[in-house]
Parts: sequence; C-alpha cells; structure tokens
Amino acid sequence: MTDNAYNFAYLDEQTKRMIRRAILKGLAVPGYQVPFASREMPMPYGWGTGGVQVSAATLMPEDTLKVIDQGADDTTNAVSIRKFFEKTAGVATTEDTEKATVIQTRHRIPETPLSENQVLVYQVPIPEPLRFLEPRETETRKMHSLEEYGLMHVKLYEDISQHGAIATSYAYPVKVEGRYVMDPSPIPKFDNPKMSNCPAIQLFGAGREQRIYALPPYTKVVSLDFEDHPFDPSKAEHPCNLCGAEDSYLDEVITDDAGGCMFVCSDTDYCRARRDMGHQGAQIAAMEEEAGA
Amino acid sequence: MYVAVKGGERAIDNAHAWLAEERRGDTSVAELSTAQIREQLALAVNRVMAEGSLYDPDLAALAIKQARGDLIEAIFLIRAYRTTLPRLGVSEPVKTAEMACDRRISATFKDAPGGQVLGPTFDYTHRLLDFKLAAEGEAPQAPEAEPAAGLTPHITGFLNREGLIQTEPDCDDIPPDLTREPMELPADRSLRLQSLSRGDEGFILSMAYSTQRGYARNHAFVGELRIGAVAVEMEVPELGFAIEIGEITLTECETVNQFTGSKTEPAQFTRGYGLVFGQTERKAISMALVDRALRWKELGEEDQGAPAQDEEFVLMHADNIQATGFLEHIKLPHYVDFQSELELVRKLRREAETVSMPEAAE
Repeated sequence: MTDNAYNFAYLDEQTKRMIRRAILKGLAVPGYQVPFASREMPMPYGWGTGGVQVSAATLMPEDTLKVIDQGADDTTNAVSIRKFFEKTAGVATTEDTEKATVIQTRHRIPETPLSENQVLVYQVPIPEPLRFLEPRETETRKMHSLEEYGLMHVKLYEDISQHGAIATSYAYPVKVEGRYVMDPSPIPKFDNPKMSNCPAIQLFGAGREQRIYALPPYTKVVSLDFEDHPFDPSKAEHPCNLCGAEDSYLDEVITDDAGGCMFVCSDTDYCRARRDMGHQGAQIAAMEEEAGA
Repeated sequence: MYVAVKGGERAIDNAHAWLAEERRGDTSVAELSTAQIREQLALAVNRVMAEGSLYDPDLAALAIKQARGDLIEAIFLIRAYRTTLPRLGVSEPVKTAEMACDRRISATFKDAPGGQVLGPTFDYTHRLLDFKLAAEGEAPQAPEAEPAAGLTPHITGFLNREGLIQTEPDCDDIPPDLTREPMELPADRSLRLQSLSRGDEGFILSMAYSTQRGYARNHAFVGELRIGAVAVEMEVPELGFAIEIGEITLTECETVNQFTGSKTEPAQFTRGYGLVFGQTERKAISMALVDRALRWKELGEEDQGAPAQDEEFVLMHADNIQATGFLEHIKLPHYVDFQSELELVRKLRREAETVSMPEAAE
C-alpha cells in the first residue's frame, strides 16, 4: 500500500470529525476529560497516540508542525512522530518554536512564550489526576462531577507532613478556572505557570485512556498548594552550560565517571537560538578561551 | 566536553535496516512464505486474528512474518490496519447451532445428539518431541468419514428444555462497538464479551484460572465446546434480505455453572459464554469462565472482591496492545521528569540534613 492510500494526516475524515467534536467539547468545559473513541494508531499506545490523533484532527495543509520530546526536536520519538506527519500530511515542519503553528509535545512546554496563532498539543499518559489516589475510573469521574477533591489536598498535606514539602515534581496537579482539577501531563512543575493565561490553545490527548481535554486561550490555571506552603516551580540552580540561560529548564548530563556533570537547556531550540544571538555558557566560553590562547 | 545528541533520524533508519536484515535471518535458509505461515502455523494465525479483531488469515500470516513471530506485535499490526477500514455494516448474528463442526465435545453428557467429535486436538497427544518432524517432506493423511448429516444442537438447549438452566433473554439491540466508542463503565454484557474476545489470551487464561483456584469460584462445567465453520450473513439494504457474504471458523464454549436460586425461583444452572475467531479453544474456555465471574451482580451473587469479578480491573487490563504499549513506553526518554525528581530528592535530603545538623552538634 502506498502512503497516499491514507487520508490527509492518516485518519479518515469521520474519525477526525469525532475527535474535533471531543476537542470542542473540551474547550467548552476547560479541564474536563472528554471520552473519545481513540483509534489504534500505527505507533504503540503510550508513545503519543493521543497527541498524534489530536494533532491529526487539528492540522491543516497550511500548518507548520514542530514536535518535541523532553523539550528536544531530535529525540527519537519526536523524530518518528514528525516523520509520520511529514509522510501522511505533507505539512511543513520546523524546529523553531515561533514559526510553528501546531506544536506536539511530550513532557515540556517550550521556553519561548507561545502566541495566539499557535496550538500546543500534549501527549498524555494518564489523564486522571486522581488515578494514583483512586484507581477506579468509575469513582474518579464521580469525584470530578461532585468537585470532591479533598483526597488530593490530603495527599499534598501528607507530603508536607512527611517530607516538609509537596513531593510532586512533575505532573503537578492544577485547578482550571476554579473548577476541574487537571493533570498537566508529566511536564516538570517548572512549566506549570506557563499554562496559565497562555495565548495559545492547549489540547491534551490520551490515546490509550481514550480522553481529550483542553484549555482555551487565556484560561486561569492554578497549581494546587497551601497558603503556608506555596507552589514552587523549581529547577536545577545552575545556568545552562552551553547558552548561559538562567531561566530555562535544564537537563543534567553526566560527563565522566568521577561525578562530573553539567547542565544544559532541555529546550534545544531555545538554547540554539540564544547561542545564535551570541550568548555563551561556561563551556563555550572556556573553549573559546582555549582556542584564543 | 558535551555535544548535544543529534542524529536521531539516522539512528532510526539504521535500526529499521538492521531489523529487516534480522527478520530474514540466515539467507542460506529458504525464506518463509506467508502461505506457509497460514497453513503450518495456523494456531498462531488464529490467535492474531482473534486478538487483532480481523478475520483474514493471509493478513495475519503476513503480520506474523513481519513481526518475526512476535504475536503481540503481529496483533498490533493487524489492529492498526483494521482501524483504517470503513465499517460497512453489521452482520446478522452467526448461527453457531448450524456450525459445520470439526470438533464438538461436551463434558457434561456422555453422549448427545451430534455426538462427541474430538477433531484435530492436542488433548491426548503425549507431549514427546517428535524428531521425525525435524526431517522434512512428511504429508500425513488422516482417515476420512462422511460428514455428519443434520445439525448439531447445543447441549444447553437440552438443559433449557427442562428449565434447568437460566435462559438468556433474546435481544435485538444493536450491540455497542468497542472499536468505535470509548469504553464506558459499567459495561453491559455484550461489551464485556467483545472485550474478552479480543483480550490477551494469557491474561484471560490467568483470570479464568484464578476463579478455578477459589478467587470467585463458579464451578464451571464445559457444557459444550465446538469448533467449526459458520456462514456470515448480512442484510444488504438494496436487496432487503440477508445474503451469505462468507464463512468463518469460530470456537464457541458454553459453560454450565453453579446454580442459583431464591425464595421465588427454584435452583437453576447458570451460563458462561466464550466465542472467539479461529480454533482457539484455550481462549474460548477462559473467556466463558471470566464472563461467568463478571456476571455476579446480575445473578445476585456476593462480591468476593476477587480480581475476576472486578469488571473495571478485567476490562481495563485485558487488551495486550494497550498494555504492551504503555509498559514499553517507559523505555522512552524521561530525562525531564526524572530531572525534576532528582532536584526534589536532593532538596529534601539537603533540608533533612540541615534539620539534623544541630542535633549532631549537641
């Protein structure tokens, strides 16, 4: 079978229509998990099938797509998903956050602020923020409809009593417009503040769990906390070794077997753009010094 | 010196090329044809059709070849293909009472109309490796008999005549379609049966086995197990009546289970049901036991808290394509969330140390 045996962006139009309905419902009820008839995709469940279906239903031929995994455009699964849409939709792709109209992401929100003409599509493994407190879907749906979130607050409180701090560092639960408690997908809590009041549309797709949810532009998203233990969007306390950024989320890279490590931006496009503008981190500066000497 | 890792695309292409080479194996050995797989690995083909929810032996054989014999991977290939096909309509219910049986046994009656027919079964083979099979060129021929004349009635029908077994009410509702609607819980029985029929053989087997060992035991007798071909009929709107569009092989298992009764109703046997594509009897029997266990509520039984009674637990974890995908995704990069955990654990340890320091000084 040839590639053009498949419809634009792989899914047939009926399926896209079904997904778009779920997206619209999600946008109408921000933070509410809309069940949808997720399809088997030609990539495994758990590898972004929800995000891929949402992107497929969102993409138009004139769109420019960016795909990131762990903030990077060149991680294997991001490469694989980008290739999938290059092949099945023939859309333009980019690594430049500002040039993209649709960005599919796993585990990060780009550092570059998003704009009104962009859609950010998150890959979601477990859409239910209450799942690890109550494994039964039948129960958690009831808890959401009754706005019964006491269990979540008790969990956060127990964290504080045991560890002295809220011991959740990623997939940190948020409350959307004062109503639904929502799982932001496994982004580091450092990224949580970027979700709130964001000019872009944010869509969340969980393929295996058959759920879609959404945040319309400029939605208020609050990370759960307590007055005396306010939310802390922490990151590694270092500048990026390559571009010197102090404000970006960092990956720790082990450089030798003697405890050596360095920190670099997880957002590879952000880091590249800063270096292009002439910013230098410790490593680049040291290299230049060496070359000059 | 750290250089950002690039070249994911080339790595993927090379991995695929290597995979293709490994798939072919030693080229001095003849290549396996899909026809050989279809004819000689028929039970693997059956499993792929059953759990792939697509009755097409040729495609299943191709999938097995492509997957290098990894059946779950083959099932995945079939599912991903199936989901792109349009759903043209719904067939008439298949009439298993009119099945041309290759095998039909009952564990509840010594003999019954239609007889006990063992068919091509492993049941009484001694599991001794047959080294003659290692030499090629054998084409054994089994003795043949005239096919049985007339139909093979269902065993449960005989019990039903005396009212000894609970009757299943007829229902003309169009069943929900698991592949077109999101799973909603609680699920009705037809949705449960769909899920079990395409569920992972190993998972359903273990669930069924757990009921036999006492986790919601339901005393199952195999009332009947039959394997054979049935006609698939479909009403075509332009014609206004049903026509036969093909023939498929199915395995059907009906269990006769412990009786229930109440003050108003006398004791009666109950049923479990299994129906699976192809010759897949381990799966069909397992399915019947799990179906029966999941019926505890409608039959007024006690919730023993057993895993096989727990509809949400069974249905949400039976699908091996969902399970394997999510399980295997943990090998994907998780640097970012792991980094956030690293930072948190370091911070918590730092804080714990500063708290315990003054004590140490005392």
